[in-house]
Amino acid sequence: MDYFAQQLINGLVLGSIYGLIAIGYTMVYGIVGMINFAHGDVFMIGGFIALITFLLLVSTGLTAVPVILLIVILVSMAVTALYGWTIERIAYRPLRHSFRLAPMLSAIGMSFVLTNYSQVAQGARVKPVPPVITGGYTLHESADGFVIQLSNIQIVVVITTIVLLAIFTWLVSRTRLGRDMRACEQDQTMAALLGVNVDRTISMTFVIGAALAAVAGLMYLLYYGLVDFFMGFVAGIKAFTAAVLGGIGSLPGAMLGGLAIGLIETFWSAYFSVEYKDVAAFSILIVVLIFMPTGLLGRPEVEKV
Amino acid sequence: MKTPSINTAKTASGIPALLKTACFNALIALVLFSLMVGVRTEAGSDGQLTYWTRFGEVASLVAAVFGGSIVLELLKQWIGPTGAEKLVPPAVQSGMSFLGRYLAPALLIFTLLVPVIFYDQRYILDLAILVLTYVMLGWGLNVVVGLAGLLDLGYVAFYAVGAYSYALLATNFGWSFWICLPLAGVLAAFWGVLLGFPVLRLRGDYLAIVTLAFGEIIRLVIINWQDLTGGPNGVSSIPRPSFFGIPLDNSDNGLAARLGIEYSPTHRIVFLFYLILALALLTNWVTIRLRRLPIGRAWEALREDEVACRALGINTTTTKLTAFATGAMFGGFAGAFFATRQGFISPESFTFQESALVLAIVVLGGMGSQLGVALAALAMIGGFELFRSLESYRMLVFGMAMVLIMIWRPRGLIGHRAPTVYLTKAHAISSDLVKEGHG
Repeated sequence: MDYFAQQLINGLVLGSIYGLIAIGYTMVYGIVGMINFAHGDVFMIGGFIALITFLLLVSTGLTAVPVILLIVILVSMAVTALYGWTIERIAYRPLRHSFRLAPMLSAIGMSFVLTNYSQVAQGARVKPVPPVITGGYTLHESADGFVIQLSNIQIVVVITTIVLLAIFTWLVSRTRLGRDMRACEQDQTMAALLGVNVDRTISMTFVIGAALAAVAGLMYLLYYGLVDFFMGFVAGIKAFTAAVLGGIGSLPGAMLGGLAIGLIETFWSAYFSVEYKDVAAFSILIVVLIFMPTGLLGRPEVEKV
Repeated sequence: MKTPSINTAKTASGIPALLKTACFNALIALVLFSLMVGVRTEAGSDGQLTYWTRFGEVASLVAAVFGGSIVLELLKQWIGPTGAEKLVPPAVQSGMSFLGRYLAPALLIFTLLVPVIFYDQRYILDLAILVLTYVMLGWGLNVVVGLAGLLDLGYVAFYAVGAYSYALLATNFGWSFWICLPLAGVLAAFWGVLLGFPVLRLRGDYLAIVTLAFGEIIRLVIINWQDLTGGPNGVSSIPRPSFFGIPLDNSDNGLAARLGIEYSPTHRIVFLFYLILALALLTNWVTIRLRRLPIGRAWEALREDEVACRALGINTTTTKLTAFATGAMFGGFAGAFFATRQGFISPESFTFQESALVLAIVVLGGMGSQLGVALAALAMIGGFELFRSLESYRMLVFGMAMVLIMIWRPRGLIGHRAPTVYLTKAHAISSDLVKEGHG
């Protein structure tokens, strides 16, 4: 039971990170109708930017951890958002009216560009960081000595995710930009006729998605203490699985799917085998797509002729 | 009154606007590159992170973006708006069609003569075998992507199934290559059906992701099922192919000894060359023949419009399944060949990168065009070999090329996907025939 509770905590933390990436997938899919294959790599770029900013700040002699973290989170969100904007501008916008598979193939190409760009720019070796946020709480200690730990970093990850989700939900449901986004999701031509700047709205979608992925990258860096140039691929597929599981196009669904994938992966590793945890995640993707293509919270897709 | 307004429009896109765009792009590039390129991090020997700055590289990259965007803008103004129909002079057109008619036979004759011309150059022969392997993979995937319009990102899974089928059957049971080759194809096709059966109801990009997941699952299972596959260490000492039972080695009953000629290791290379050439041509021939059968017509119809297909009574599930299984079978053949050529296989050869490379060959060659795929394979693999020393840069360039080609020529370099049958001439039909109740 204690082991179960500990895995539950670990799974929720991992799921928060997946959820943050999955939002980027689901938003882009909702509005543009394409799978942004390069989104996992944007997450990886976010992790790298956070690492570099962190290193620069530490070398200036700054020691206050909250200040460092605040600056790192802002810088990595801003720079990664610019990456997202540029990617959309270069690789996707010219293809908006091209044939069905073109944006997908362009996105695969972009994913290769980003992966190898960071390999060339930052080297192939894994970059470790010392633990920044240490300490934690012991929640419960059982008779046989098993301890349920809740570390501070886990608390930080979950709280950051909740705060960001709150801001994001407000953005989508209460602001002009959010209304434009929802309008474009329903009908781009009609939205354009009513004075919505469709190009800008789509750009902003990519910017927001990339900024959330940057936060996920930072959380990953803090939680696992490392980044490498190849981490975007698997994390990207899992986050996409999360988006599909939650119902693609649905924002609460993406978060829910993220948590579900995080929990499934953690429990699978804990009770079955660590080696096959990725197989489990990918199998879930296949099973969900076959039996429940609309996901948990998605709307059924209407086939238009 | 109209002329001045056109003039002002022209001056607005003149030099100041050009510089403004270029400066804007350079500024963006500065922000993008300043951290990722400007600061290089590295883990020291004691696990401590260190960094050093590279402002020179950032400056040159930003300058390149500045210059590049000026050139690009000038080119845009010079060529005119994109998407405009360009007039091709009739002389060039007839030249192109002449080239198109004779290029394929000329290439085929040249390919047949490659071992004769380059007999002493082992490197070129090896490269030619590699290119032909990718031509075969490209043609196999072309059935799935180019003809049936199903985006398959996990094609390498079937390649892996074929390779491991041959490797395991040959090393464990000692079966010969010529028995294992059809078996490898059959097994790969079986896996194709197994995967295809549940997932082929999915729409284009969902199907892409599921096939990608399937490819990764196969690779992970190969890595982790160590008892069977040897895990990351792979399978080694896979038997070399024999000339229909006669080994190609230096022994007394080897081919060279039987023919009474002096043994040379090049014999085996030449044999492998003609083997993969035959397999590739078989793929090509089967594809061309299948396109003329009802099933091939159904594939092309499916690619153009799935809903219309169903309305016409085509069973989309079996049509997709046959395309999937046919493509998978050729992938399996290519995999078995790969295993026997290398003599050693490991999961590292079957990554997503490989799937993407084959897909890029098909897309670049113009989906559905057999000649285009062959030329694209030659260009890509040849290009990869030329830049072999720049290991990670070449994948960077590969990705950029994929994006640029999608933007510039989304139909591929030899864009051609005209249906095999179409009406050549519009017929005027009497109104009696289109009356209500007559269709």
